[in-house]
Amino acid sequence: MGVAAAKEIGPVQAEEMVLNIGPQHPSTHGVLRLKVKTDGEIVSEVIPYIGYLHRCFEKHAESITYEQVIPFTDRCDYLGSMNNNFGFAVAMEELMDIKVPERVEYIRIIMAELNRIASHLLALGVYGLDVGAFTPFLHMFRDRERILDIFELTCGARLLYNYMWVGGVSHDLPRNFDSICIDFLDYFEPKIPEFNELLTTNKIFIERTADVGVMPAEVAISYGVSGPNLRGSGVKWDVRRDEPYSIYDKFDFEIPVGSGDVGTLGDCWDRYWVRMLEMMESCKIIRQALKTIPEGGDVHQMVPKKIRPPKGSIYRRTESPRGDLGYYIISDGSEIPFRMKMRSPALTALSVLDEISAGWMISDVIAILGSLDIVLGEIDR
Amino acid sequence: MIVDYLIDIIPFAADWPGLVFVSVVIFCAVPVFLFIAVYALVAIYGELKVSSFMQDKIGPMGQGVGLHAGKWGLLQPIADALKLILKEDIIPTTADRKLFILAPFIVFIGAFISMAALPFSQTIIVADMNIGIFYILAVSSLGVIGIILAGWSSNNKWSLYGAMRSAAQIVSYEIPAGLSIIGVVMITGTLSMQGIIEHQSGFVWGILPNWIIFQNPFTFLSFFLFFISGVAECNRTPFDIPEAESELVAGAFTEYSGMRYAFFFLSEYANMFVVSGVAAAAFLGGWRSPIPGVLDTPGWGIMWFIGKSMFLIFMMMWFRWTWPRLRVDQLMSVCWKGFIPIAFFNIFGIGIWKLLIG
Repeated sequence: MGVAAAKEIGPVQAEEMVLNIGPQHPSTHGVLRLKVKTDGEIVSEVIPYIGYLHRCFEKHAESITYEQVIPFTDRCDYLGSMNNNFGFAVAMEELMDIKVPERVEYIRIIMAELNRIASHLLALGVYGLDVGAFTPFLHMFRDRERILDIFELTCGARLLYNYMWVGGVSHDLPRNFDSICIDFLDYFEPKIPEFNELLTTNKIFIERTADVGVMPAEVAISYGVSGPNLRGSGVKWDVRRDEPYSIYDKFDFEIPVGSGDVGTLGDCWDRYWVRMLEMMESCKIIRQALKTIPEGGDVHQMVPKKIRPPKGSIYRRTESPRGDLGYYIISDGSEIPFRMKMRSPALTALSVLDEISAGWMISDVIAILGSLDIVLGEIDR
Repeated sequence: MIVDYLIDIIPFAADWPGLVFVSVVIFCAVPVFLFIAVYALVAIYGELKVSSFMQDKIGPMGQGVGLHAGKWGLLQPIADALKLILKEDIIPTTADRKLFILAPFIVFIGAFISMAALPFSQTIIVADMNIGIFYILAVSSLGVIGIILAGWSSNNKWSLYGAMRSAAQIVSYEIPAGLSIIGVVMITGTLSMQGIIEHQSGFVWGILPNWIIFQNPFTFLSFFLFFISGVAECNRTPFDIPEAESELVAGAFTEYSGMRYAFFFLSEYANMFVVSGVAAAAFLGGWRSPIPGVLDTPGWGIMWFIGKSMFLIFMMMWFRWTWPRLRVDQLMSVCWKGFIPIAFFNIFGIGIWKLLIG
């Protein structure tokens, strides 16, 4: 082709290509569709489309009794069901002014923290999968399995527990729970350095995650991002410490925050690392709780025969594994909620995706999405 | 070598080229194909078990009566192969049909004809060309044409991404691989595979076998350069970005199913063997015994060669089940900013070493 022909065609025109990631894609963590505008590998815009898992949780709650709402909270964030139950129970108890027995509070905290470990294990393992490491995923699932066994022993279910009721829990702890739980912790705590050797400090893993998808603290705050994602940006905010609910103020635990050790503060690695540290803190809380848990008493003692809260409304937030999980409940004095609203931490985390992933590559978008640890069941509700 | 025998044996070869062709197919191509097929089954089984043991599980197992994977799951790769053969063959309606069908064959041919120059023992080699190692480097990159065809003809954005990544990657990593082989050729003074192995007899540094990897520090480095570049050419983790299942679903192979997919799979494994075989022959003494003079007969030669290759394949599996995946730009910068300068430096170093020390 001569110069004349090249002139005729003109300068090379690069065109942006629209790429659909999902709804059926291996690493969208559920049924999420990302509309990605790309120039070659470089991504200029990421638009998440949600709603593929919408089950009308909030509307549905308006036509069922309060007891019946609890199983549906399980199904929102199906990786942190205990914490979802917990949030709803705490909100309802505050609305109805119920004081639950101390043993119940301890049981709830043990369960919630175990569930937090299970959820973080899944998040970290799947994150490894997102950046191409298969083995850490199965190692973490192996350990998560042991937590699920403990749950199964306690309430019979392995994923959707319906365990924490308004005013109590569905079953008391089984016999030997102490030793089973301590056994698990003794087994699990030495595994964390193993994970760190396998994945966290791996050179390739650091290359893939450090400095990638940096979320500065002010961006995180302005989008309302919470939980480990916010703490990864260096903001020391945890509902368990800053707005204590249940008996979290009795325990001694740290709030791990991102440090920017291997990259920039608020990058994917920091978000990953915060989760890793949080698992250790949860182990600490469980150990303390097991030491001081009061014996005896009926866990159903304060469970009301019929849940009929007084007229009024309540907004209560709790710290789920994904962050700041809030329930807004309006009661008209009847047995069914007048209006129910759930504030999903995963939804706010997803909303920041476009902001922090523009300009990165397709592989990075997957890595950033994984580091936000979203659960589509909770986003779509 | 086998080809030479055939030409010698058949007195009327010049009169009947067709007959020579048929006998070459029967005596060379069919055994090589069978070898690839059997080796792939073994390698798939090995991969299943290696990955399982690394992931704290036992992998395929069968026990008792009934339909199962056999003792220790030995039948699992056969079941996998059967599944792939019996699966429905889907060609997308929007695909470029001809190219779509052609692509797996080209990929496989690249891997298949490379096997021709691999020296399995002192006597067993399909063709001991005087340019053997050069021939392997040349034809093994044929496969990339097939991958580009597959990516383009699938008419799928994921496939196209995979194909473009794969093309860039394989073409880039050819260079450090070729440059590290140049060092070997400088030392041995021959391009023939058998010639290179002949050169590696006896001892070096007193106790070590006189393999090229041990001959001087630069060749030691060359081996790793070649092997890592080879892993990248096979699209294995941590360089598996063309298939990157968490990003590109299955890359260039997204739209392929059944037997056509099996051919890509087979050629991936065949490529692994070619890369390991070349690394074993050029750096690790090929069919030579690790203790020179002990068990150095042709019969054992096959064992040593396949053993060394399988060890390198095990290394590749180890990589795959331990490491995450690099990003495409990191992959390129490793190659162009890391490997190629080191490879050039190595050639220089080997030259100086040969000049001064011998």
